Amino acid sequence: MAFDYEKYIRPGKLPHIWCPGCGHGIVMKGMIRAMDTLGLEKNNTAIVSGIGCASRLPGYIDCCTLHTAHGRAAAFATGVKMAKPEMTVILVGGDGDGTAIGGNHFIHACRRNIDMTYIIMNNYIYGMTGGQFSPTTPHMHKASTTPYGNPDPSFDIAKLAIGAGATFVARGTAFHANQIDKLIVEAIQHKGFSVVEILDDCPTTYGRRNKFKSVIEMMNRLKEVAVPVKAAEKMSPEQLQGKVLTGVLYKEDKPEYCSEYQKVIERAGGGAR
Amino acid sequence: MGKKVAFLQGNEAAAHGALYAGCNFFAGYPITPSTEVAEVLSAELPKIGGKFIQMEDEIGAMAALLGGALAGSKALTSTSGPGLSLKQELIGYGCIAEIPCVIYNVMRGGPSTGMPTGPSQSDVMCAKWGTHGDHPAICLVPASVQETYEEVIRAFNLSEKYRTPVMVMPDEIVAHMRERIVFPEKGEIEIIDRKSPTVPPEQYKPYDTSFGDVPPLASFGSEYRFHVTGLNKMQDGFPTTKASVVQEEEERQVRKVEGNADDIVKFEEYLLDDAEIVVVAFGSTSRSARYAVNEARKEGIKAGMFRLITYWPFPEKQLLALAKRGVKAFITPEMNLGMTHGLVKGCTEGNAPVLGIFRVDGEPINPGQILDKMKEVK
Ligand SMILES: Cc1ncc(C[n+]2csc(CCOP(=O)(O)OP(=O)(O)O)c2C)c(N)n1
Ligand code: SF4
Ligand SMILES: [Mg+2]
Repeated sequence: MAFDYEKYIRPGKLPHIWCPGCGHGIVMKGMIRAMDTLGLEKNNTAIVSGIGCASRLPGYIDCCTLHTAHGRAAAFATGVKMAKPEMTVILVGGDGDGTAIGGNHFIHACRRNIDMTYIIMNNYIYGMTGGQFSPTTPHMHKASTTPYGNPDPSFDIAKLAIGAGATFVARGTAFHANQIDKLIVEAIQHKGFSVVEILDDCPTTYGRRNKFKSVIEMMNRLKEVAVPVKAAEKMSPEQLQGKVLTGVLYKEDKPEYCSEYQKVIERAGGGAR
Repeated sequence: MGKKVAFLQGNEAAAHGALYAGCNFFAGYPITPSTEVAEVLSAELPKIGGKFIQMEDEIGAMAALLGGALAGSKALTSTSGPGLSLKQELIGYGCIAEIPCVIYNVMRGGPSTGMPTGPSQSDVMCAKWGTHGDHPAICLVPASVQETYEEVIRAFNLSEKYRTPVMVMPDEIVAHMRERIVFPEKGEIEIIDRKSPTVPPEQYKPYDTSFGDVPPLASFGSEYRFHVTGLNKMQDGFPTTKASVVQEEEERQVRKVEGNADDIVKFEEYLLDDAEIVVVAFGSTSRSARYAVNEARKEGIKAGMFRLITYWPFPEKQLLALAKRGVKAFITPEMNLGMTHGLVKGCTEGNAPVLGIFRVDGEPINPGQILDKMKEVK
């Protein structure tokens, strides 16, 4: 029997706003499958986003959903989680939202290791505003504000997350749709701040400026560059040139923020919340 | 047994007032001259199982505050000028998404880093117009340690009652001075909590105006689930660009505060009955003004003071009535370059001259300055 996505979709909220060929919908489907696998209770799950095409995702999900301001999802979510640690808190958003304007909140959520899962849809561009370059736009690629090619170097989101202290970091792609839910399941199960970066596509504002003839070509590129971590172990540095590792990249057990704060409450002699 | 009495600083009193009001969540970022609020609450909140978090900046603090409030907490942040500027986008979010919370801002010199330890009263316009777009504003301006305690409680009550962010803005002098404070007994001051929904979960709409201009608010993690956005929204919380809905909702958000000004506006009338010269003052400046009024009376000058305790909504109606009753002049002493002066001029509609005393050098306005100004009135 086909999987029933409607279970977690808010009645009457589709169709979504995304363009044909946009990868965000693939990520949303993966997220829904993961929620179903874990049997997440809708009233006990908060989905928090910033602003951008990717950040429109929460509106479609039948949970406690919070569409915040550009870049601020991690900080709003931190407040929700602190107030109600028993809730499952999932953050979603784009590369611009999370690593440019929201970069500070992102690294500090990683550092605190607060038990939330951040699904970041990296389409290498500011999609919603028409294709300006983001902190992940590859060097020399074209965006509406880099007509001569992007002079900026780009972030490796996974490395950034690991460096900042996230204790679970994974990467998938919109092409490898069947892997997305598995990564998200593992991320949500992990106690601590988990980051799942999904390499995504934006045919409308990034693809067409960078000579991708079709969505299929963009998807094929994701397929070509992705190398599962296991496979990469057997590959030489030359073979890994230009490739991107996928799968669970990092996992560590470290004290989680809300649990640590509970100890503060106990030290202060405070009762239960 | 007598009431509990203490000798406290304004900021410490603010923290204790918050606890009396039921505050169980604080998110902030350190900044002089407001930090003591965070320090006291970092010690006190865990004792009652409450949450304290020092965020990475004031934007993050404001965001966490709104998140905590949506999850059912009574939430406070404290800051000062530069931090208030940083919070502005999300204060607007709190206004449009209608999330109760309290922002305690100690006014220091500005703009920018200005004078971190110098007193000022120059954030009062920022309290209303700092965030973009039309929105409601409630701002309370206490003048003593006792009043800071009580106004913080009132701020929580107003934020819960009207489902909107409320600011409490003492100037640095009020925030840092130490005075005797008498604590109210438990139950002595009424504590208001947000209206919770009573409808079955499937019928709940977070902006359901069939319950009036202030719709009931559920919490995340309760039996209700709903959507919250900073986009213009419909009654069910989902975004809309439908002109009539946007217009209606924007008007309601402002009306729920402006239309209840009589409930929110608080002021003290000091020797106003026969006053010919009315000093309009607030915060620490009102303490100098009271002294000046007393001195003037000794010299036979019929002076009085209209002391603002609520700054926003501004008591336009009351001041206009005074002006129309016949007043020789209003005097507005303030530690800024004329913010209140302009407002008083505007709302008194030319019925009486308004003389300003403006000071932005980090020194308080002294009674002598006010007395001298009174003597200029013909
Ligand atoms: C404070 C603020 N600055 C700028 C914007 C404009 N803005 C909206 S979405 C966006 C970029 C979104 O890019 P990304 O997060 O990568 O999401 P995508 O649209 O690509 O999915 C920008 C710059 C805004 N809404 N708020
Ligand atoms: S503009 Fe790009 S990111 Fe936005 S919906 Fe269209 S394809 Fe997706
Ligand atoms: Mg993007």
